[in-house]
Amino acid sequence: MNQQVQRLAQGGRIDRSRPLDFTFNGQTYQGYHGDTLASALLANGVDIVNRSFKYSRPRGIVAAGAEEPNAVVQLGASEAAQVPNVRATQQALYAGLVARSTNGWPSVQKDLMGVVGKVGGKFMPPGFYYKTFMAPASMWMTYEKYIRKSAGLGRSPAEADPDIYDHRNGHCEVLVIGAGPSGLAAALAAARSGVRVILADEQEAMGGSLLDSRETLDGKPADQWVADVLEELSGLANVTLLPRTTANGYHDHNFVTLHERRTEHLADCAPRTAEGARQSRARLHRVRAGQVILATGAHERPLVYAGNDVPGNLLAGAVSTYIRRYGVVPGNKLVLSVSNDHAYRAALDWHDAGREVVAIVDAREAPDGDLVGEARERGIRVITGSAVIEAKGANRVSAARVARIDIDGFRVAGPVETLACDCVASSGGYSPVIHLASHTGARPTWNDGILGFVPTLVDGVHAAGGAHGIYALGEVLADGVAVGSQAAAATGGEAAEVALPASQAIAESPACALYQVPHEKPTLRAPKQFVDLQNDVTAAAIELATREGFESIEHVKRYTAMGFGTDQGKLGNINGMAIAARCLKRTIPEVGTTVFRPNYTPVTFGAIVGRHCGELFDPERYTALHQWHVENGAEFEDVGQWKRPWYYPRKQGGKLETMHEAVARECRAVREGVGILDASTLGKIDIQGPDAREFLARIYTNKWEKLAVGKCRYGLMCKDDGMVTDDGVTSCLADNHFVMTTTTGGAAAILEWLELWHQTEWPELDVTFTSVTDHWATMTVTGPKSRALLAELTDDIDLDRESFKFMDWREGTVAGVPARVFRISFTGELTFEINVQAHYAMHVWKALFEHGKKYQLTPYGTETMHVLRAEKGFIIVGQDTDGSVTPEDLGMQWCVGYDKPFSWIGKRALTRSDTARSDRKQLVGLRPKDPKVVLEEGAQIVFDPNHAIPMPMVGHVTSSYYSPTLDSGFALAVVKGGQQRMGESVYLPMADGSVHEAEITSTIFIDPKGERQHV
Amino acid sequence: MFQIYCPYCEELREEEEFHPKGQAHIVRPANPEACSDEEWGDYLFFRDNPRGIHHELWVHAVGCRKFFNVTRHTVSYAILETYKIGEQPSVTAEPAVSESTTSTDDVRQGVRA
Ligand SMILES: [Zn+2]
Repeated sequence: MNQQVQRLAQGGRIDRSRPLDFTFNGQTYQGYHGDTLASALLANGVDIVNRSFKYSRPRGIVAAGAEEPNAVVQLGASEAAQVPNVRATQQALYAGLVARSTNGWPSVQKDLMGVVGKVGGKFMPPGFYYKTFMAPASMWMTYEKYIRKSAGLGRSPAEADPDIYDHRNGHCEVLVIGAGPSGLAAALAAARSGVRVILADEQEAMGGSLLDSRETLDGKPADQWVADVLEELSGLANVTLLPRTTANGYHDHNFVTLHERRTEHLADCAPRTAEGARQSRARLHRVRAGQVILATGAHERPLVYAGNDVPGNLLAGAVSTYIRRYGVVPGNKLVLSVSNDHAYRAALDWHDAGREVVAIVDAREAPDGDLVGEARERGIRVITGSAVIEAKGANRVSAARVARIDIDGFRVAGPVETLACDCVASSGGYSPVIHLASHTGARPTWNDGILGFVPTLVDGVHAAGGAHGIYALGEVLADGVAVGSQAAAATGGEAAEVALPASQAIAESPACALYQVPHEKPTLRAPKQFVDLQNDVTAAAIELATREGFESIEHVKRYTAMGFGTDQGKLGNINGMAIAARCLKRTIPEVGTTVFRPNYTPVTFGAIVGRHCGELFDPERYTALHQWHVENGAEFEDVGQWKRPWYYPRKQGGKLETMHEAVARECRAVREGVGILDASTLGKIDIQGPDAREFLARIYTNKWEKLAVGKCRYGLMCKDDGMVTDDGVTSCLADNHFVMTTTTGGAAAILEWLELWHQTEWPELDVTFTSVTDHWATMTVTGPKSRALLAELTDDIDLDRESFKFMDWREGTVAGVPARVFRISFTGELTFEINVQAHYAMHVWKALFEHGKKYQLTPYGTETMHVLRAEKGFIIVGQDTDGSVTPEDLGMQWCVGYDKPFSWIGKRALTRSDTARSDRKQLVGLRPKDPKVVLEEGAQIVFDPNHAIPMPMVGHVTSSYYSPTLDSGFALAVVKGGQQRMGESVYLPMADGSVHEAEITSTIFIDPKGERQHV
Repeated sequence: MFQIYCPYCEELREEEEFHPKGQAHIVRPANPEACSDEEWGDYLFFRDNPRGIHHELWVHAVGCRKFFNVTRHTVSYAILETYKIGEQPSVTAEPAVSESTTSTDDVRQGVRA
């Protein structure tokens, strides 16, 4: 086991009495409770954590938080627990943690790619993606193999996720994002005002910068104030504290998605609770907040200098965090390169830890702030007007090259001094974390005073503290209280007192604007100066992009891949813009900023999905007879959310029928005896009111004024463009009472359609609509023996063919329960559709089977229903129509009331020039010349199969089946001008090169005069 | 995700309860047969696509099932008012720009693509 060589003997918020073993790239190490994976790796002196994406260069840990670009690892001890894209800086250490570099095939230490990496710059120059996608596709295939193998894209688990995830809807008056000084102060002010507050923070512990601050509050360490505030907040009923929770997306109207990692600090799979219950691994909070306070702080900007990616180059603030929060010094000899006072604390912390500060290199000529004075008092060498222009070293920093620089002239202005060191820390200032504000689409504004972009805020969103460029601790706390009080007041909170803790005033000299440090050589020839470490984007790449004519920062971004992917430009974007601005001789605000998009950091799919997976992915709807279908071996088909019996395979001679065999048997039963279908899923809309009849006349294509009580009528419905949108039978129950049936899939949409016209165009019509789909079960008893069967179960409905005619309905009892029986037919056979209240359905269904035995009553499913209806040329809206088919295209002029007084929906469009064309695609029947052929649904139709390619396509097959009655394949199709081409041949070229020939026929294949349904 | 005030339920509800139905105040011509093909085509197919104030028809689909109108800013996505069918919008122009804030239109440069 390796020693924690870089761990301090004391200090930090870790528990040295709780050692934790973990493995990284197969090697076992030890850290402590309270560590992150990153701090534990640094404690063990692990320099290289990854290989870079493009150049395969060794990379080490740079930052201490969400902005870490390099230490992105693959987590998980087992296959099922694999998690890609975890930042080691955000992953709490636990016993048994197993992590691997996501990048660095075959190993991070000894990398075959390292050789290739040296020429990688030529292989993947800036504009790589752009140029690759412009190149022939075959080249991309070559590149892709290479990239996928070497690049750190991580991998998803190959086994099912053992964990559960959930969602929670949250509501509050004030949502505070970030629990650093400004967030805690804001939350405290809002909480004391009595409104509901949610405080979310992405870290293991709340407190933000106060957890590693050198400053005191009320004379005590700053984290004592954090503990006091958290104690008060956790005791308030109106406050919800969400640690380990990242606000990943700000959406419209103050809707914020929070990703709470509930067990990822404990193990790689969620452990059971003490009671043995499962617990969710992650939770997505969907919070609708009255006011949102962005207390997201600021990210430190690294300086861009040559060799700034060699392990041992860190952010100045990260150095302080590792020393003060984790008791880890990431090196022995520090050179600090800065443009501001605040970063000096890294040197002071390093010095406090008893290690050597070789020098502080300050780009300013005469810094004189308090921290500068403190460094000088300690005897630390401060080199002014200068910067680290290059870090030397292969797998670890070995020296820093320091020189005087002329910032305005962008040149090295003096001799170079080489300082031996193993760590270069840099700070080029601070960038407010404006990602969430940017999710609104609002462009941030450049603020010269803080050398950073501040967020532009929409209504109901506030920024506090560092998130809008206020950095001095006393001011941050005061700002937090002010913003918290303001947000609370805006949502009805009472005014509340919050006394600010006493903080020290620290005098700071102004920072200077330094982004890219000049090198002796021009940027294009200097050693690589990295801007975006995660995507391997260099200053030279940005300069090249501007030379190639990319002037918009959005284009530069796409050309170079800067700020892409999971990184979202946290460290590099501002530096990249500054370099582009320098090259284009513009200012940063003139160059603009790129837009940050959700998510702020990666969110596991499990959290996004929550419980909406597996059986709960989508609701399933069952009819009242579902259990019977299950018990009788039905295969099911999904129709919308409904589970409908598809066919009922039987055991024949010890073998289960195929679908083809079952459907043939079911079809014969209906044509020759009696079959029964559960048609309960058909949409049913109860329509009542004195104007119900008038309404039907306007919404349907055909006539309704004379439909008498006790009669049914088939109706077609169009949109106002004349295209068929639904069909079904509507029955007259009373002069002001109708029941409409719709297609199964169209039920909800048609109800909304009826409401739309009633509410917006014809509110004067006195009519109401109610969905009764679920209230009634529908049993279709069909076939020549259906009357005999039904007669055994009703004694109050006269089934005589003269008194109960086709397209009549009767009310009475069936099997002793109240029923409506409709003589309508979707099979072409004598049919009775029995409707009973749904809870009686099973009783009636079973009674039918009891009496049906002697008639061999046969249940049939949707497949047989389709064959039977197609044999009769009955359309299925949505299958034989597709939103571009008129009633006339269907040959259903008999169902169009051309002379109705009201210009019904769809009528006017039928005479538009395009709709009235004679060569529109029209519905016809097709008989394949070879009866064994069942044409493919969707197959394209041509008139001349010998026509040169491309052949003009003149239509397609909409429905196609084998008919047991015809002993032949048959189809419905739409063909250009087809109704005038009866008897002609058409051809269907197939993908395998064969061509089928078929004859255009009538759409009615059986019983053309319709006698069988009238018997 | 929007939060929409249903003028019939008189409550703010989540967008998931609503369906958008396109541009509001599209009146079906009273005498369709008197329309030329072009006029009928305009009624059927042509809709405004403004950058800014837009009046839209929505339905409280899984709530009260009522259709109503929404005045929405297509850049900021701010909902400026909702009103019942048969009523006219009261917001028909961009709100005046106050001194302290830039207008949302200036701030958001159509970056929702
Ligand atoms: Zn409503």
